[in-house]
Amino acid sequence: MNFPILSSLILLPLIGALFLLFFKNQDNSSTVKYVSIFTSFVNFFISIYLWFLFDSSVSNFQFIEEKDWLIGFVNFKLGIDGISILFILLTTFITPLCIISVNNTVKVRLCDFLIAILVMESLMIGVFCSLDLIIFYLFFEAGLIPMFLIIGIWGGARRVYSSFKFFLYTLLGSVLMLIAIISIFWLSGTTDLIKLYELGIDIKYQNLLWLAFFSSFAVKTPMWPVHTWLPDAHVEAPTAGSVLLAAILLKMAGYGFIRFSLGLFPVASDLFTPLVYTLSLIAIIYASLVALMQEDMKKLIAYSSVAHMGFVTLGIFTITQQGIEGSIIQMISHGLVSAALFLCVGVVYDRMHSRLIKTYGGLISIMPKYSVLFMLFTLAALGLPGTSGFVGEFLILMGAFKDNFLVAVIASFGVIFGAAYMLWLYRRVVFGNLINKELLKIPDLNNSEKFILWSLAIPVLFFGFYPEPLINTVEISVKNLIEMYNFNLNMNIQGIQNNG
Amino acid sequence: MDNLNYVFPEIFIALAIMFLLVFGVFKKNSAKIVHNLSIFFLFITAVLIFDNPFDTVVKPFNESYIIDYLSSFMKILTLLGGVFVLSISSQYLKIAKIFQIEYPILILSSILGMMVMISSNDLIVFYLGLELQSLALYVLASFNRDQLKSSEAGLKYFVLSALSSGLLLYGCSLIYGFSASTNFNIIAETMNTNQLGLTFGIVFILVGLAFKISAVPFHMWAPDVYEGSPTSVTMFFALIPKVAALTVFIRFLYVPFLNMIDDWQPILIFLSLASMIFGAIAAIGQTNLKRLVAYSSIGHVGYILAGLSIGTNEGIQSSIAYISIYLVMNFGLFSCLFMLKRNNQYFESIYDLSGISKNHPLLSLSLLVILFSLAGIPPVAGFFAKLYIFKSIIEQSMYFLAIVGLLSTVIAAFYYLRIIKIIYFDKAKEKYDTDHSLWLKSSLALSTLLIFLYFIFPSKLVEIVSRINII
Repeated sequence: MNFPILSSLILLPLIGALFLLFFKNQDNSSTVKYVSIFTSFVNFFISIYLWFLFDSSVSNFQFIEEKDWLIGFVNFKLGIDGISILFILLTTFITPLCIISVNNTVKVRLCDFLIAILVMESLMIGVFCSLDLIIFYLFFEAGLIPMFLIIGIWGGARRVYSSFKFFLYTLLGSVLMLIAIISIFWLSGTTDLIKLYELGIDIKYQNLLWLAFFSSFAVKTPMWPVHTWLPDAHVEAPTAGSVLLAAILLKMAGYGFIRFSLGLFPVASDLFTPLVYTLSLIAIIYASLVALMQEDMKKLIAYSSVAHMGFVTLGIFTITQQGIEGSIIQMISHGLVSAALFLCVGVVYDRMHSRLIKTYGGLISIMPKYSVLFMLFTLAALGLPGTSGFVGEFLILMGAFKDNFLVAVIASFGVIFGAAYMLWLYRRVVFGNLINKELLKIPDLNNSEKFILWSLAIPVLFFGFYPEPLINTVEISVKNLIEMYNFNLNMNIQGIQNNG
Repeated sequence: MDNLNYVFPEIFIALAIMFLLVFGVFKKNSAKIVHNLSIFFLFITAVLIFDNPFDTVVKPFNESYIIDYLSSFMKILTLLGGVFVLSISSQYLKIAKIFQIEYPILILSSILGMMVMISSNDLIVFYLGLELQSLALYVLASFNRDQLKSSEAGLKYFVLSALSSGLLLYGCSLIYGFSASTNFNIIAETMNTNQLGLTFGIVFILVGLAFKISAVPFHMWAPDVYEGSPTSVTMFFALIPKVAALTVFIRFLYVPFLNMIDDWQPILIFLSLASMIFGAIAAIGQTNLKRLVAYSSIGHVGYILAGLSIGTNEGIQSSIAYISIYLVMNFGLFSCLFMLKRNNQYFESIYDLSGISKNHPLLSLSLLVILFSLAGIPPVAGFFAKLYIFKSIIEQSMYFLAIVGLLSTVIAAFYYLRIIKIIYFDKAKEKYDTDHSLWLKSSLALSTLLIFLYFIFPSKLVEIVSRINII
């Protein structure tokens, strides 16, 4: 494999964006759209091809590319394993759908919007396949710029506040991670992830470094109590922005936890597991309760994201095969389902220009097709068996029961709350009496909306009934991660015993 | 004669100044010719620097002067900076009706002073260079003499700068008194580190130098002078003297007084922290772009000083890399300022940028790149500048400095974001003129591309500066 397939995945959207720059001054929005849809679909097919080439029977990183970059400091190193490939697929799958959905939502400066989304795509792919801490940081942070612009330019009434909050919260979390990364460089002499996995990090510093990484990932996940930027950002962002944010951006932190916190700092992860459990449980219960009380649909889904990401962090830190696999599947599933839910909200928002739940009611008789799809995604969000949401939550809870009974029991309550707020939302929007006469005028789904929602519904159902392809892909990588984790942990404990 | 060979660039520029002065006086309406000739002469001088030995250290004139890699690099930086400043400001000068022969000549003499500063290896030589550049700067600040603000800026700068020069001179005399020499190398050899007088001397000189680069708490003059001076002079102020002062900082601290690092390191750390934090916080309330640049430059000086305070070669190198990137970013920023013109009037308030992304997409895209770079967000050049600094800070385990420094970048990010918000999120106003000179357009394009594409070749600059080894 000499062809640099990962670099081309990163570069292709950028080339597309560059191409769009030439159309900036012309108002031929259809050309602009076709170019970006074409680019993102080509990227999707490349990543599918990558999945075929990917050998899921070995745990090593594959498709490694390495180039001199900052000489004596950082090498530009890319590579994927079973965990990252799923996120890359998720990114390349969601982006074209986002671009298609732009049809109805973005009225001004379409070209700029599509450029921002394409740039975003390439940065997010970069996050998931970088094998060097500095490169990871670079992509992780650079993603702030397009997202800031997406929220700020095309957002709702309070867009300025939300975009600033989003940017500054995330930046504040991340600068500590930068310090930690540079410290790791001086402690271990490299920021190359593969070498760091072999070398391990001095146990004395692990706790502080773990906390520094945690500060960044916790904001991004978002975990309670630093989750407050998320509802604001979601509510104000345009639909496509919300979709990107919920489906992919949040996953960068979950991915970071698995890749860096567990992989590099096993001793600290072991020590801080109770902290993560506590915060995750609070997130699950608290966010679910808050979601129950929301009157704004987008805000409700945003809080449900917080709760779902709480399950993800919980699953990761059970450090069991089931827990981590469950978290990964939960992230993929949440990526699909939350994207779909935001798009569902976008559909009615485009027609009624209101996100308030009380505006709606009785949609079932006006928009039957919409109601069916919305029902499917609602059920997937609450984790009904047969949808991908179930597989993830089930595995996470299984892992949690293995590790800590009480935590698992409390988390199970979250599932019930989840059912409560999602079903209640659905009842209020779709069923009930048709009070608002304005609703009578709105049409059912058009073709592009149907296409988007069905293409999200198919994988949700498929992976719900048959999660085998996902599990096969991640299994060996997760197994290897856990073995390495336990090995390092035991080594260090023995080291302490010998010294003491 | 050998000695004179080494200072040929300085001699050349001095002759050029005299020639231009005579030429400008005797030939009527020669402002344009003098302006272009000065650009040409500066460029020639930069080429002449390449004739100097780069890899060996030469100390002509009884070791009172030094020519090494550091001096050559900084001189080239200064001269190219001068070329940039002169070439992009001609249109502004014409519109502000101050397109006169004195302007380029004063800039040339100021640059001559800086070159002497950069190469000085002796307190007296250093002071001579410093005064030459400062005197020219006083006049430049009040160059737009019909405007009250400009005269005020010049006077303010003169009074405060004279005070700091006095302190500096007093420091020099103290050091001479306690070490019996003004030469940096001899001081290093004969010095007795226990003498309190020497410490006082260092402190006084540091105060004088901190004033010149506007580090907190000696920054008071900067916002007023930056705002009052003509924009092209502000640009000169914000960039070029800092290069020379940084060189003197390096030489002064690391050649004679490296042994006393325990004495001066806390001072530098304080200056650096105070500048970073103050620069970030005070800029938040500003609405005048030039004042904002002043506060942002105070903040950036903080990072440069942080690199200097470390006490290693890597620290010095990272400071120099930082100032190089800082220069490029500010060339871009000022080029944008020069483009905010409508009906022969320039605009300076940040609200004048409101919604320009609609009518001027390319200009605002450049501003976006430049501002994110100033804020230090990856993947643009400003991030790498900060990365180098923090890499060398953390090498010495100075975590407090690193953490406060990075947190202040978050605060600073706020006001840069605010400008971006005004450019991109707010309502559009009237269109600005687009008849900019080719120089202006190309300098903006060049600096934006350099900043934006820096991540493709991030090692080049490091390779160049890593040859600077002072310790």
